[in-house]
Amino acid sequence: MNAYWQCLRGIVLREWLRFVLQRTRFLSALVRPLLWLVVFAAGFRAALGISVIEPYDTYIPYEVYIIPGLACMILLFNGMQGSLSMVYDREMGSMRVLLTSPLPRTFLLCSKLLATALISLLQVYAFLAIAWVYGVRPPAMGLLIALPALLLVALMLSALGLLLSNAIRQLENFAGVMNFVIFPLFFLSSALYPLWKMRDSSEGLYWLCAINPFTHAVELVRFALYERFAGLAMAVCVGLTALFALLAVLTFNPQHAALRKKG
Amino acid sequence: MSALEVSALSFAYGSRQALNEVGFSLAAGQFAALLGPNGAGKSTLIALLTRLYDLQSGDIRVSGHSLREAPRAALTQLGVVFQQSTLDLDLSVEQNLRYHAALHGLSRRQANTRVEAELTRQALTERRREKVRELNGGHRRRVEIARALLHAPRVLLLDEASVGLDPASRLALNRHVRSLCAEHGISVLWTTHLLDEVQASDALMVLHQGRLVASGQVDVLTQQQGDDLGSLFARLTRPAIAGATA
Repeated sequence: MNAYWQCLRGIVLREWLRFVLQRTRFLSALVRPLLWLVVFAAGFRAALGISVIEPYDTYIPYEVYIIPGLACMILLFNGMQGSLSMVYDREMGSMRVLLTSPLPRTFLLCSKLLATALISLLQVYAFLAIAWVYGVRPPAMGLLIALPALLLVALMLSALGLLLSNAIRQLENFAGVMNFVIFPLFFLSSALYPLWKMRDSSEGLYWLCAINPFTHAVELVRFALYERFAGLAMAVCVGLTALFALLAVLTFNPQHAALRKKG
Repeated sequence: MSALEVSALSFAYGSRQALNEVGFSLAAGQFAALLGPNGAGKSTLIALLTRLYDLQSGDIRVSGHSLREAPRAALTQLGVVFQQSTLDLDLSVEQNLRYHAALHGLSRRQANTRVEAELTRQALTERRREKVRELNGGHRRRVEIARALLHAPRVLLLDEASVGLDPASRLALNRHVRSLCAEHGISVLWTTHLLDEVQASDALMVLHQGRLVASGQVDVLTQQQGDDLGSLFARLTRPAIAGATA
């Protein structure tokens, strides 16, 4: 058991060291949601009135509405960036080092997912701290309650990223895939606008948003931040995390990548 | 018991056969050179030995442990230096070593002891805090060897480990690895396509188009065939001789 713990600790520590060394990556992960919060939200505040909706008890400014969506946006980008680093690692060979560990491959991959998720959480809380200073202040207890919700979402999106990276033949193909994954997931969700607004515009788009896993991720975090429990969102996120992780582990095989290259 | 035993190993990329019924064994403390032109199947063999690829047919035993049946026990006895550097360039020498120790489940105390021992053995103690990016090619290879030996394996695989090094570093690396065999009883499988890295007393295996076309001690093989090593290698791998360098 100790061997597993040491291995997990080592993988998390390596991700931490890489994160600390890549300050620009940290800054860009923060700048993106902050721009949305400060610039986009200011412009949209007047255009988009938010009525009283759950879990809020009263009318809220648009900045308050988009905070959970932007927190999840950090997790989405990091999950995908994590998978980008998997493709990079696979091409550069450092994935080979990970796989020479005598511990089971499933454990190694799950440890890598957990490490990526934990580093993402640091960025989310750094963002929430800046938002707090900016004046968007969810209940203090909500910030604590949201921690497991954010971790679950981070794991779900990292597992999705790993699953995608298994399907990507090489690094160059990655950017295109991202455009077909990140943008639809983000914009077809409740991150930037409540779904009833979307329903006013298009019933079809509303249903796409309603079945989007990212919508459930955002709602889980939104409710947790306001000390409420979103049962359906939780069930969807737990189920999809398990499904994505299972598929990612089953489809992870460097041999397949080699066969595709040579084939 | 052999330190490394490969039996009836075959592997195909789809319809293309990369390895065909390859079999050999290494005794404890033996240095064996695996020669082969580019595309002979060396990299596929290394990928199978390190469990990067799953076995299709045949078996590999490391210190008696089957990679198919007891992969954990087998991999614990195996150290690897890959052809392409797999070090984290932005981490320090010591951080790279500690990461590897963790992957092998060594406790903090074990890691401390092993890291100190390997840094000393590779004469890298003074460079432990330097980032790998700041090291030259020869030192990076030494870090990779230190890393490969950190968990005290009985078998060390070096896949074209001297590629990209200057002649002096290449020679030093070759000598150093031989001393590991002589002084510590570690068995070494050294894959290369450079004939000057092979000595007369070495065990030699020549891989060509996925088949083992010669196997035995170098001086015995050359006497039997009445050739020097260069001519023997050229004759055995004739269709692909362009990949070999004397």
